[in-house]
Amino acid sequence: MKPALKNRITKSALPAVFWLAVWQGAAAWVDQELLIPSPLAVLRQLGELAALPLFWRSAGFSLLRIFCGALGGTALGILCAVLTNRSLWADRLLSPALRVIRATPVASFIILILLWFPTGRVPGIISGLMVLPVIWESVGAGIRNTPPELLEMSRAYHFGHRKPIRSIYIPAIRPHFASGVCNAIGLAWKSGVAAEVLCLPKASIGTQIYYSKIYLETPSLFAWTLVVILLSLLLEKLIRRILGVKGGDAA
Amino acid sequence: MKIADICFSYGEKIILNHFSLELPDEGITALAGPSGCGKTTLLRILGGLETPRSGMLDTPPAHRTAFLFQENRLLPGFPAAEQIRLVLPRGDDPLPWLEAVGLSEEAKTLPGELSGGMQRRVALARCLANGRDTDLFLLDEPFTGIDPGPARSLMDFLRSLNVPALCTAHDAETLELADRIIRLEGPPFAPTATPQSPHSVPPGT
Repeated sequence: MKPALKNRITKSALPAVFWLAVWQGAAAWVDQELLIPSPLAVLRQLGELAALPLFWRSAGFSLLRIFCGALGGTALGILCAVLTNRSLWADRLLSPALRVIRATPVASFIILILLWFPTGRVPGIISGLMVLPVIWESVGAGIRNTPPELLEMSRAYHFGHRKPIRSIYIPAIRPHFASGVCNAIGLAWKSGVAAEVLCLPKASIGTQIYYSKIYLETPSLFAWTLVVILLSLLLEKLIRRILGVKGGDAA
Repeated sequence: MKIADICFSYGEKIILNHFSLELPDEGITALAGPSGCGKTTLLRILGGLETPRSGMLDTPPAHRTAFLFQENRLLPGFPAAEQIRLVLPRGDDPLPWLEAVGLSEEAKTLPGELSGGMQRRVALARCLANGRDTDLFLLDEPFTGIDPGPARSLMDFLRSLNVPALCTAHDAETLELADRIIRLEGPPFAPTATPQSPHSVPPGT
């Protein structure tokens, strides 16, 4: 067996098999699908759901809402990081507000935003709000850790305004930003789906999870949760590829 | 270029104390002195990277200097040619500058893949490219890690540019290559330093 394949099996496949066995063991021991459905029952349910147009519509719209929200939060987070690191007054004004956003429970935000905006907009806004302080902090750390000697060199060699951004700031910020984005994507999904569960937009994963709870369809709840996990991992992998970050180590 | 009665300190530590110096307006001048005596500080003041607490810097109008830092300060993700392209006007070819330092084969090589001496040569090429229309080169330990043979060729190239240069050095090889030497005691420096020929005996030896 090739060492790379062996390494992959040891690193990824074996832990997955172990936890699937634990899950199967727990399901067999409890022996009540309502409490813990078996992996096979969840997979069967997922197959049934995948045959319905509603499944793809719900997954697609949730993905779109959460992705757009996270994208907006990321853009705003970058802007806030630049402003708070460039201007003392921006730092004094914005930093406390961003810390409050970070510390506020997501449920409070969901209910508040629900009062202000139409139901369909809430999950995206919530995802953006959760992503914002994470990106602000990670990009801010990147800006603060930009090598001062390279910045001095850029001034001495008359780089102007654009060249230091491309050649010094972006390479210094990229690992921090990649790490922040990978953390933020998980948060965006968690908070976005939680918002969907509370707001019940027409086509959404959260709404389907809510119905699973109402009708006590635990395999369906597990299947939709699996969809969220898979979409989150897929999005994270895509972002890692775009940012040129390998494996599980973002920084 | 003339500096008169300059005082400079890092916090409580006095580096230059009423120091004066007149620089020759041609050839290569080496600044010699023990490590930590403030040669780099003097170069940084002349390059406008540090501001003295008091004193006078007398430079011609629109005077431009090109500075080579003691550390290479290369950009980690940029190949050798790109390091130089960044200091050139848009569309200018960086290859002649790499050829001048004997690294035309390494145009696409990243700094991390170059030896210490090669990195130094890229940094030197970037400084020289940046100083295309400069009035004075300020070179801090320009030949660190470079063998005496290539160092001699680089010094000849520098001389061919016909721009005065002031470089710090503490190795005998570099000092011998210079047209004149200014020896400094310190810190704090003696009030005035005077140029000597490269082969004169330093005071106190």
